[in-house]
Amino acid sequence: MMRLMTDALMITKRQVLQLIRVPEVLIFATIQPAMFVLLFRYVFGGAISAGVKGGYVQLLMPGIFVQTVAFTLAGTAVGLAEDMQKGLIDRFRSLPIARSAVVIGRTVGDAAQNVVTLIVMALVGFAVGWRPSSGITKVLLAFLFLLAFAFSMSWIGVLIGLSVREARVAQNLVFISVFPLTFLSNAFAPTTGMPKVLQYFAEWNPVSTMVAACRQLFGVANHFGATANSWPSQHPLWMSLIYMVLIIGVFFPLSVRKYKNTSSK
Amino acid sequence: MKSVIAEELTKSYRKGAVKALDGLSLDVEEGTVLAVLGPNGAGKTTTVRILATLLTPDSGHASVGGIDVVKHPDAVRQMIGLSGQYAALDETLTGWDNLNLFGRLYHLNAKAARARANELLEKFSLTDSAKRPIRTYSGGMRRRLDLAASLIIKPKVLFLDEPTTGLDPRGRQEMWGVIDELVTGGVTLLLTTQYLEEADQLADDIAVIDTGKVIARGTSDALKSQVGGERLELVVEQGDLARATELISAALEIKPTVDQGMRSISAPVRDGTAALVRALRALDDSKIHPLDIALKRPSLDDVFIALTGHAAEIATEEKIAGGAK
Repeated sequence: MMRLMTDALMITKRQVLQLIRVPEVLIFATIQPAMFVLLFRYVFGGAISAGVKGGYVQLLMPGIFVQTVAFTLAGTAVGLAEDMQKGLIDRFRSLPIARSAVVIGRTVGDAAQNVVTLIVMALVGFAVGWRPSSGITKVLLAFLFLLAFAFSMSWIGVLIGLSVREARVAQNLVFISVFPLTFLSNAFAPTTGMPKVLQYFAEWNPVSTMVAACRQLFGVANHFGATANSWPSQHPLWMSLIYMVLIIGVFFPLSVRKYKNTSSK
Repeated sequence: MKSVIAEELTKSYRKGAVKALDGLSLDVEEGTVLAVLGPNGAGKTTTVRILATLLTPDSGHASVGGIDVVKHPDAVRQMIGLSGQYAALDETLTGWDNLNLFGRLYHLNAKAARARANELLEKFSLTDSAKRPIRTYSGGMRRRLDLAASLIIKPKVLFLDEPTTGLDPRGRQEMWGVIDELVTGGVTLLLTTQYLEEADQLADDIAVIDTGKVIARGTSDALKSQVGGERLELVVEQGDLARATELISAALEIKPTVDQGMRSISAPVRDGTAALVRALRALDDSKIHPLDIALKRPSLDDVFIALTGHAAEIATEEKIAGGAK
């Protein structure tokens, strides 16, 4: 067990080293969501009536935080697909290390990368009027929750990354699946405007429950969701936790098995 | 003692549609070099992947250092080094970073990993490029670093899958030098190659494989004599063809094959240049001047045609298809 942890840590360290060697990657990964904060705040903020004190930005920030961490999946999938293509996974597999070490190290590293991004986004948000009203403990808890969600989403990325033949395929696959997921939710606009079927989908969508949970933790009413009074919309914290456990419970064993049996040819 | 043993290995891909290995058996004596020679798609990489515990065979047994690769893969991984066709390195990291990372993953402590990284960079003449990212390396440098990464734990058995494919002649020469040095150091080596010349240069023993089976096994000399060794090939004027054939036949004491259309005469020779001189002298005495004359060393194609009765060209197409996917 110790061995597994130290091996996984080495893989995580490799990613940190990559960010140090090519800092542009992290810089752009951070600029993009920060830019989204500004765009959404000023493009939609004026058009959508938020109905909460402090305006649209209070509802937007949790939404955009969740969207950003959901895309952790993309980094994992593309990164692993590249390692596969380059034969690096073969080399790792020929080393005397636990089968799960490489993928655990990867998911931890990808989730941790969000710390920087989230801090920058929070600062930008603060600059344009975001004011969480729940107190420091709950705010920190919300960020922990976001990192945990990033970690669980990353496991889906592992399976995608190890299953496709090319990094570009992983990239496209992730974008066509995660973008709808983040928009068919309560993240940016009220779900009441959607057709009934989509409303239900949006309410059960893990992105929505995460957003609702974060709004709760930041101390703002979840005005964009909870139209159908479903259980997830009423217990977003619990539902989000259940989703995370479910995602990891399903994708961890699948991913490790895939890694074990994978071959680059 | 045999360091590597493979017995009746079979492996199919895509639910049996592609049979990569079809009862392949081979072994490598401790401290010797075996070259697995064959065209692309013959099963070379699959064999290496099974022996290096990356792939499980459908049936058959394989062991490395007396340890079963399927039952105890972790124990096998402790004593092998693997370097593949492509350089499996982290491109964004420096050469030093890569060796240090793999050292730590082989469970060397921080100090030992650093020392080993420096030692290997020195040994492979990469110290000057140690702090540069791999993506700035030349093909030959990448291969050397990849090989260095497979030597971190001083493996007992080393697997090199086409170590020089895609390298320019200079890179190939450098790589051969490095491998030669390793072999002198006493490592047991199994390498795969498409080039008879490379097998000739590096290996004690050669296993020729085709469609997932070993079709010939022996020293390089033994294989070449099976193929017929070198061939003398010459082209003459149409009018001289019959007379030249007679002269060559007498001079070499063997019946040559004649291609009327190409006006060429071809004959297997055992004593290379001496035969060339005899043939030329005989022709010159009769005032016949060949348009072209050459000693052709047997190529992989010749080995193939001699051993299987078919050329290795089909495999070339597969290679293109394989490269595109």
